[in-house]
Amino acid sequence: MTSQPNDDTLRDMHRRMVRIRHFEETAGKMMEDGKIPGALHLYVGQEAIAAGIMVHLADTDQITSTHRGHGHLIAKGGDFNRMYAELFGKATGYCKGKGGSMHICDMDLGMLGANGIVGAGPPIAVGAAFANKFKDNGAVAVTFFGDGASNEGSVHEAANMAGLFKLPIVMVCENNGYGEYTAQKNHQAIVDVADRAAGYGMPGVVVDGMDVVAVYEAAGEAIDRARSGGGPTLLECKTYRYYDHVGVRGMGLSYRTDEEVMEWKKRDPIDLFEARLSEQDIMSKDDMAAVHETVKGELDVAIQFANDSPMPDPSTLLDDVYYVA
Amino acid sequence: MAEAQTTEARTLPYVAAITEGIRQVLLEQENAFVAGEDVAGAGGVYGSFKGLLAEFGERRVIDTPISEAGIIGLGVGAAATGCRPIIDLMFMDFLGECMDEVANQMAKMRFMFGGAAQLPITVLTMAGAGLNLAAQHSQSLEAWLCHLPGLKVMMPATPYDAKGSIIAAARDSNPVFVILNKMSLGLPGEVPEDPYEVPIGVANIVRPGTNFTIVAFGRMLHEALTAAEDLKADGIDTEVIDPITLQPFDTDTVIDSVKKTHRAMIVHEAVRFAGFGAEIAAQIQELAFDYLDAPVARVGAPFSPVPFSPGLEPHYVPNAKTIAAEARRTLGL
Ligand SMILES: Cc1ncc(C[n+]2csc(CCOP(=O)(O)OP(=O)(O)O)c2C)c(N)n1
Ligand SMILES: [Mg+2]
Repeated sequence: MTSQPNDDTLRDMHRRMVRIRHFEETAGKMMEDGKIPGALHLYVGQEAIAAGIMVHLADTDQITSTHRGHGHLIAKGGDFNRMYAELFGKATGYCKGKGGSMHICDMDLGMLGANGIVGAGPPIAVGAAFANKFKDNGAVAVTFFGDGASNEGSVHEAANMAGLFKLPIVMVCENNGYGEYTAQKNHQAIVDVADRAAGYGMPGVVVDGMDVVAVYEAAGEAIDRARSGGGPTLLECKTYRYYDHVGVRGMGLSYRTDEEVMEWKKRDPIDLFEARLSEQDIMSKDDMAAVHETVKGELDVAIQFANDSPMPDPSTLLDDVYYVA
Repeated sequence: MAEAQTTEARTLPYVAAITEGIRQVLLEQENAFVAGEDVAGAGGVYGSFKGLLAEFGERRVIDTPISEAGIIGLGVGAAATGCRPIIDLMFMDFLGECMDEVANQMAKMRFMFGGAAQLPITVLTMAGAGLNLAAQHSQSLEAWLCHLPGLKVMMPATPYDAKGSIIAAARDSNPVFVILNKMSLGLPGEVPEDPYEVPIGVANIVRPGTNFTIVAFGRMLHEALTAAEDLKADGIDTEVIDPITLQPFDTDTVIDSVKKTHRAMIVHEAVRFAGFGAEIAAQIQELAFDYLDAPVARVGAPFSPVPFSPGLEPHYVPNAKTIAAEARRTLGL
């Protein structure tokens, strides 16, 4: 039942990955230039996961994200203008400047928020999946969480309920080998988080998170299963984050070697995919260059928009604490 | 302020004073250990555990998984069975992840067991807004803890008090939270080299004054001191009191001050509504009602989560200006 991506889907995934990459590279520079306040967790290196999964989803399907959430929103169709405006803290941003990078969301796209609390997404996604089943609307929820997050009780509780209630959900562990500065071998006694699936009564699948087609195929199967009433899947994607835990250079700690970073970069998800696309004559070098240029142009526009946008007025401080009819 | 046992004071930043306090506890108490997320290899995300792994080794300085309920639970269990854990909760906001272990286990175990258990556990955590870290990384939740019988709660504002509070907390055989402030990490101050305690439950009159009392704690102490200088222009001679410990609270020092000054204001960074200032204000009116010449004022954050935007956050967190303005309003100036 594994579906192969057709050429349009391949081009679509490429565009999503390139959008994430340039958005994040630009954001990293802006942060270093002092344009983006607060904390910024970059998704560079992990693009294949968001792209290979989100391409299966409709706006009516929901996702929950993490502190490293820009890639998820972009792949779900996020608007650069409103994203940059939010990162700058502007009134025109996705959260009117209230949330920033760690709380960026788009409810119309079913993106139920990045999250500042590690492990907070899965229970919320279980709630969305429950509502989908309750309403019998055929929608699927996908929750993203890290290897570090997989050690939070909230993630186990959510996974257990997903399995018990046979919910239409895919639980995606983006295993980039580290929770902050702690390597996976120092935070859990297993290698594959997917091994835990057995304990939740759901299939566990490990996939190469640097290979967008592999992610696409595994995710397709899991999402089909969820949508057709077959219950949840724990999908673990092995990946790597290129930059520091927070920001670009972060705290400058030596918790991983340059060689290790270089090794992973040799399997850069975009490079790998572009080689394949050109080998298979799906996109020419020029086609791909055009995608990059278009995306960069969109980013210039978005940054201009964010720059030109006003800061939120202090009088809005108490807005949106409650719903007011 | 407790007198140091030594005159050997140097200027240290707040963060280094924290490290020195923890280090001296580890030297002093062989059953003490430090556990938390990224406290060992990384030396803590604020640098407050720097060097401790190298000096004390993996047995006593322990990186944990991201499992706050598990970490606090580990501390409770180890404390109940003879260790003296120092547990780090990276951001105070993460209390949400482990509130059962804090509220229903740590705080109540001794009482529920009829005194059969002893829980010498210290929890270090970071509070405070001002760094655009938004609603889940900026809170001051001390009121949550002060409402729980069985816990002690300290909120040191200076390097001196940070080190001394940590040592006092670790020597105490009850659960003690030491709430630190992430905006103050670089704040310099005099810190004696030898170990010393800032006694739990003893307030510090940081600035003596005659006709107005401000009770301020955490980072707001510094803002209140600046406001006090500003108020001099209007003939207000402000006494600034830092309780340092919120639970147990040094009521006497505050009441004595108010009896002298006849007017009082409480300043904290937490949301004003149902904040710890409400408790202090209630105590003042109960115990010094006849001495008051003005309503007891309170300054705190508005009733909203902490906003991210640089256009909003500065309007959210109280500062010297807003404190002075509220003082003038309440004093009818
Ligand atoms: C409940 C909670 N604990 C700790 C943190 C601090 N923190 C933020 S991200 C992070 C690491 C998360 O690691 P992982 O889940 O693997 O995601 P990654 O950063 O690798 O994408 C930690 C410990 C937090 N935000 N929330
Ligand atoms: Mg990780």
